[in-house]
Amino acid sequence: MSVPAPAILTAPVAAPVATSYWRLVSRRLARDPATLIAGSLLGAIVLAAVLAPALAPYDPAAGSIRMRLSPIGTVGHPLGTDEQGRDMLSRLLFGGRMTLLAGLTPIVVACLFGGVLGILAGYLGGAANSIIMRASDIFYAFPAILLAIAISGALGPGLGNTLISLSVVFLPRIIRVAEAVTVQTKSLEYVAAARASGAGSWPIVRYHLLPNVLAPILVFTSTQVSLSIILAAGLSFLGLGVTPPAAEWGLMLNTLRQSIYVDAWVPALPGVAIFVVSMAFNLLSDGLRDAMEVRG
Amino acid sequence: MWSLVLRRLLLTLPTLLGASLIVFAMVKLAPGDPISILMPPDAGKAEIEAVKEALGLDRPLPVQYLKWLERAVVHGDLGRSIATRRPVVQDVLDALRNSVILAVASSMLALIPGLALGTLAAFQRGGVVDKVVSAVAITGVSVPHYWAGIMLVIVFSVQLGWFPAMGGPSDPGIGPYIRHMLLPAVALALIPLGVITRVVRSAVLDILAQEFVLTLRVKGLYTGSLVRHVLKNASPQILTVMGLQFGFALGGSVLVETVFSWPGTGYLLNIAIFQRDMPLLQGIILVLSTTFVLLNLAVDVLQSLIDPRIVRG
Repeated sequence: MSVPAPAILTAPVAAPVATSYWRLVSRRLARDPATLIAGSLLGAIVLAAVLAPALAPYDPAAGSIRMRLSPIGTVGHPLGTDEQGRDMLSRLLFGGRMTLLAGLTPIVVACLFGGVLGILAGYLGGAANSIIMRASDIFYAFPAILLAIAISGALGPGLGNTLISLSVVFLPRIIRVAEAVTVQTKSLEYVAAARASGAGSWPIVRYHLLPNVLAPILVFTSTQVSLSIILAAGLSFLGLGVTPPAAEWGLMLNTLRQSIYVDAWVPALPGVAIFVVSMAFNLLSDGLRDAMEVRG
Repeated sequence: MWSLVLRRLLLTLPTLLGASLIVFAMVKLAPGDPISILMPPDAGKAEIEAVKEALGLDRPLPVQYLKWLERAVVHGDLGRSIATRRPVVQDVLDALRNSVILAVASSMLALIPGLALGTLAAFQRGGVVDKVVSAVAITGVSVPHYWAGIMLVIVFSVQLGWFPAMGGPSDPGIGPYIRHMLLPAVALALIPLGVITRVVRSAVLDILAQEFVLTLRVKGLYTGSLVRHVLKNASPQILTVMGLQFGFALGGSVLVETVFSWPGTGYLLNIAIFQRDMPLLQGIILVLSTTFVLLNLAVDVLQSLIDPRIVRG
């Protein structure tokens, strides 16, 4: 016959109070209505863009001379048709893929490389810092839009060149923020304590710097997404981005611009799409900033 | 003060040099051989070499860069446009005048309401006014300004017929100039309006949290005078964002000028890009980036004058 375990041991242990930072952030995000709405809207738009081939009622490139510029609400074309008689709904769905791809890729690239370079510059200091920071300072001599247009203008139109030029625009900005927060964090006492207790470079970076610099870098990056999307569509709008006949929101806005005297509303649609996506990203970024308690 | 200006000016020199290097490299990296645009397709090898030598294109790149820079800085010569054969400098400066006027107008259209809305929202923190202003500001920063331009044309030119849809002023005089400029200026002001409102709001909130504000309040100062004290303290931050937004207006005008065919640098840049007129492209970007750098310099100096505590570099 076994001795019953003392009650104190079998009683359910209270859940540990220390929740991880990221769990806290996601819990706060889930409680913020504006973030939730913006997030689900973006989720729906991204899903619609990914599933465009299945969702689009028509081939986005197939036009019909007889159906040119049908107004919104035309039977069979709920969002009307463009100046070549192509279905607007289908083109907006396919256009979203291009705009999102062209706007988000440079941000991801810039965040990865800019984050690494900035943290390195901040952590190493000295000559490495000077080289990285002075090189990125030079790009601050150009307003962002001008730099994007100038690089794209010199390289020529095309999705690839758009991605290159926008990455160059955002890279120095993220490097600057990453360097600043790294320098700030490095000077904190717990880093000095870790070093004094014999921690090497890698453990300090991995366990003391990274967890603390990641949130500010991510929040700053998220503030740049909407600008990147506006610029990506803007480059196509100028004829420097995605080339026809592909569907892209900025490009659609450009070709439909000539038709505003015929119908004012169909040409407005691609711009509405850019606007809604850019606004949703801004709301999301505000929510992220509040949830992560990053100032700025 | 002059020693401060001089010191800051010296510090901007490396930036300007770096910018010129980027502008030079951008065009050298561009696909296509500049010679092939100039020469007839049946030109012989010897002739091509002769033209290359005459243009200095046979020399090593660093030498070409230094020559180009020397001509630009010492003689103010940015070469000739390939399409029009006119000196680039003249065309760029004419266009820059129109762009700067447009940028100033849109900066004012953004600053005045932005300042008022941001201050109001901060003083009414958490209230209905604050929420409405925040909504206006986030809408402003999210608008693709070229699309806003098209919408303004649809409403005010096509539907109402109040303002011309595009082009520069054809008649001389200030009236037609303003009538042509108003819609592009409004389109260009939207994003800066949103940004300025947000920055002013957070700057004023920071100041309001400081102890001297409490003292002023305890003293029984009227809200009007309090606002003056607060804005004075927030002015360095507001000045910084103004400088950046003016730069945005200068650069962002490329898209808006294209929508409205406003005869500024953006419109010219668009022409240069599509005619692959590289000397013109180079000239525009060099002039615009120099303007931008000098503007930032002016902001820095002004900031130190307003608040002597800020001494940087």
